[in-house]
Amino acid sequence: MGPILIVMENGASGFVDSSKELITKGREIAKNLEISSIAVGFGQDAESQLKNLPVDRVIAITNPELSQYHPLAYEKTLSEIVKKEEPYLTLVANTTMGMDLGAGVASSVSLPLIAYCNQVAIAGQEVVATSSVFAGKLMAEIVVPKSGAVLTVMPGAWSATEDSGSPQVDVLSVDIPPSMRILRTIEPEKSDVDITKADILISVGRGIEGPENLTLAEELAEAIGGVVSCSRPVVDAGWLPKSRQVGKSGQTVKPKLYMAFGISGAPEHQQGMKDADLIIAVNTDENASIMDIAHFGTTVDMLELMPALTERLRGE
Amino acid sequence: MQKAKPIELDVAVVDGVELKGSWNRMFEPRAISEYDLSILDEITAIPGAESLGYCYQCGKCTGVCPVDTVGDYSPRKIFRRTQLGISLMDSPDLWLCTTCRNCLRVCPKEVNMIDIMPAVRERAVLEGNAPEELLQAFENTARYGNPIGEPGRKRAEWTKSAGVSVPIMSQKKSPVDVLWFVECYPSYHPRGKQASTALARVFDSLHVDFGILGNEEKCSGDSQRMAGEHGLFEMLAEHNIKMLSKYSFNQIVVTDPHAYNAFLHEYPKYGGEYVVQHYTQYLSQRLPDMSFTHDIPYRVTFHDPCYLGRHNGEYDAPRQLLKALPGVDLVEMGHCRETSYCCGGGGGGMWLDSFTRDYASERLSERRVKEAVEYGADILAVSCPYEVPRFEDAVKSTGNAGKLAVMDITELLAYAMGLVDSLVMAN
Amino acid sequence: MHIAVLMKSVPDLVEDIALDEHEGQILFDEMSYVPSEWDDQALEEALVIKEESGAEVTAVSIETQDSDNLLFTALAKGSDNAVKLVGDFDLSLTNRQRAQIFADYLHKQPFDLILSGVQAIDDVDGQIPGLVAGIMGWPHASVVTEVRVKDQGIILRQEYAGGLVAEIESSTPVVVGIQAARKPPRYASIAKVRQVAKSRQIEEVEVPLSNVPALTVRRFYKPVASAHAEMVDGDVEDVAARIAEILQERNLLRR
Ligand SMILES: Cc1cc2nc3c(=O)[nH]c(=O)nc-3n(C[C@H](O)[C@H](O)[C@H](O)COP(=O)(O)OP(=O)(O)OC[C@H]3O[C@@H](n4cnc5c(N)ncnc54)[C@H](O)[C@@H]3O)c2cc1C
Ligand code: SF4
Ligand code: SF4
Repeated sequence: MGPILIVMENGASGFVDSSKELITKGREIAKNLEISSIAVGFGQDAESQLKNLPVDRVIAITNPELSQYHPLAYEKTLSEIVKKEEPYLTLVANTTMGMDLGAGVASSVSLPLIAYCNQVAIAGQEVVATSSVFAGKLMAEIVVPKSGAVLTVMPGAWSATEDSGSPQVDVLSVDIPPSMRILRTIEPEKSDVDITKADILISVGRGIEGPENLTLAEELAEAIGGVVSCSRPVVDAGWLPKSRQVGKSGQTVKPKLYMAFGISGAPEHQQGMKDADLIIAVNTDENASIMDIAHFGTTVDMLELMPALTERLRGE
Repeated sequence: MQKAKPIELDVAVVDGVELKGSWNRMFEPRAISEYDLSILDEITAIPGAESLGYCYQCGKCTGVCPVDTVGDYSPRKIFRRTQLGISLMDSPDLWLCTTCRNCLRVCPKEVNMIDIMPAVRERAVLEGNAPEELLQAFENTARYGNPIGEPGRKRAEWTKSAGVSVPIMSQKKSPVDVLWFVECYPSYHPRGKQASTALARVFDSLHVDFGILGNEEKCSGDSQRMAGEHGLFEMLAEHNIKMLSKYSFNQIVVTDPHAYNAFLHEYPKYGGEYVVQHYTQYLSQRLPDMSFTHDIPYRVTFHDPCYLGRHNGEYDAPRQLLKALPGVDLVEMGHCRETSYCCGGGGGGMWLDSFTRDYASERLSERRVKEAVEYGADILAVSCPYEVPRFEDAVKSTGNAGKLAVMDITELLAYAMGLVDSLVMAN
Repeated sequence: MHIAVLMKSVPDLVEDIALDEHEGQILFDEMSYVPSEWDDQALEEALVIKEESGAEVTAVSIETQDSDNLLFTALAKGSDNAVKLVGDFDLSLTNRQRAQIFADYLHKQPFDLILSGVQAIDDVDGQIPGLVAGIMGWPHASVVTEVRVKDQGIILRQEYAGGLVAEIESSTPVVVGIQAARKPPRYASIAKVRQVAKSRQIEEVEVPLSNVPALTVRRFYKPVASAHAEMVDGDVEDVAARIAEILQERNLLRR
């Protein structure tokens, strides 16, 4: 059985969290299967960043231009490495880079791919991966073939530990194909929010009572890393712009978390948010229809809960 | 347009006063034919939209158009703007008309928005140039057979909790007297389902021999037609007619005035000719068979739906039913019968809520609810499935929660007949 | 510039997924299908490119239940050609098989640019654009929100976590996975789709089904979910604590 190969992604400072998670989990799998572990990193700092990772071996591709992700160069390089090392598992986080590399590398080296993986378990001689598909409505349990596979893993599927090690370090540099060139990178504009793109929505309804209470929602959104959205009466009252309205005559959203504060859950509202992965409803009325589609509900006063939750989240 | 020519004398004497140079400047009269009418011509060249060109600016329509009371709108204004070269195709004006038919009632020239709007909108829709919300409703209707985007296979789910048997034609396999065409909001919207349950129980208690199409039914499509999606309407009409052809029945009863309109005037063009009644018409004939056990000791007012009243002339059947209810004190609002106000949901308005908001000081439904409250009504009775959600929402947004209840006539009937446990008054 | 847009239909999640819970397998024939929303985005971007700088757009789909409707709609929206790949196919095709079928067709065609949805709800075994690119040995980029033609090549924008965007120049041929078009997908009126269905032809191309690396899903199952909200009781502090815990359990607190 070949080694486990982990592809590291560069972030603003060092490797991104989702890659570090792969190291922790990958090492655990390697240990259980008694195979070796290899991490691959790119860019001028690759060697210094890789050399303390708790794996058996690291491969640093040190072309300075590759500090920045380059779809074609990464894919070609990685395909070469996979051909040479014949890993049993190739792990890459399901980020933009992972979406590129996972499918591209797997098909160019004729390996199967398991996408959107959020669990890998070892059961006897079998390695079983579980993926979340059909917008989270189904889980797929897949036995990893003995001949190996590429796995793209959902960020946040595992937690990372900060262990270190002293792996064998291979350093190389590659030819960068001229047919693709990175021209520039553009930072996102912070000003305009698009609630359809937010992973977390703190949504408020008529229960907010007045515009003076909106700061409670904004502070909570900030503490949790989300965006404030609302039901229609809040827009009608002019407290929030129309772009924040969720529902039939507003936006349809599918965030990972939708927290409904003081929203009754009228069908016109539900139409815009019922597919959220996790819905938590805060409503003093236990029988409000929002409770029928929420996963968790509570009847405490939203105006008290919002600051309490903000404080708690800030503390963590 | 040409600039008007100034006439200026060196000196002019007016009433003994000497006016020099620019002080006596006047302008030559300008002929109206100097307008560039190409935009107006483009619009009136669209089959169906010809009558926009007949307008002679008398202004009668402006006084009755419900949209003008909350904004700046009427056929007269649309004509004027088009004459000035603002194309109706790109203007928000194209989407504000609810096709309520009030202007046609008063227009001496028969400028007919009921034909103009769908014709011009169809052009805009062909170019994909329509508000997002509306396109979503079209797409939902095409895909699921209802504008709400609910699964087509769940169209008959409400029958399971109706408490009485609601026969579905494909399972019943025998002719019926009445084929009940339920429509979308009565099948899916929680408040619509309550009204459907009430109607099913009334039918049951009257021993009506009836059946519904269930999942074989799709939206009648009339509002989509008025909103400019004629192709979609055709597809739906063909589908419904095909499904209906599989079964034998004596007549159709519809819940929805929009469906009533489609069955009366449009479906025959596609070979679907039926005896059709709105449920208020059917039930008013059955009044002698009804026995009432519960009082409704409230002041009730009735909102005439545009597509039952003005479009199809039925004002009495709903009133007969309401008057028969024991305890009911029926009051008429100022806008009633022919002059009834509009709930704002017709002609696609149901799917343009957010869009119209930018061009109106308030919703039409909110206006109407305020009127009902002014007349001291406890209950606003309705007979169109668009209206319960629209008015209930408006009751809340106008701060009248607890003062006015919105109820379908079937719900009142079912209560008075002792077929449902309670009247849910304050919401 | 000749652009191919690879399109497919996916089970409609508005309805329940048909699952044989005992066998843990999906009953593909018992579901209704809708065009994959990201493929609609890819088609829109292709049409925007066409309007902006001139291009020939060909919509390509594999014959399964809904492909005619999908292709006629693409024609109604402004696609120049529509190609249906026919063969011994059914709804249970894996994405790897689909990618191979697409690649077998594309190999022999003079396309410069291939667009497809960055992902689809059913791609357990990978996403079409990357798989097709890998099989054909073409360069590829996914999660792209803009493609513009420049000289002989293209300039694309690739989006990363947090909204960071890279502008990348690429020569053609190239495969691009579209996350979102520059405009929302246009609406094709039913009248137009019906008219197109009467007047235009879909080109049919026969493609064999070759062997590809397979993945066996041992079972599909539904994650446990409650019908009514699970109520969190206690005073405000208890509730805040429990909610924080729920968020922690689901990894929603990591930034
Ligand atoms: C054509 C049409 C289109 C529409 N489109 C949309 C749309 O796109 N989006 C939309 O949202 N609505 C839409 N609506 C309106 C919709 O029908 C509802 O009226 C609206 O969603 C209600 O908003 P809400 O839940 O904020 O207010 P309410 O229904 O008044 O609910 C407020 C809730 O807050 C709770 N509450 C009050 N105080 C507190 C407190 N201190 N702590 C906790 N809970 C509290 C109450 O129990 C209540 O359940 C539309 C309606 C129509 C007719
Ligand atoms: S049909 Fe009704 S809404 Fe339309 S212009 Fe005439 S009066 Fe106004
Ligand atoms: S009533 Fe008729 S003629 Fe008079 S202004 Fe209105 S549309 Fe024109």
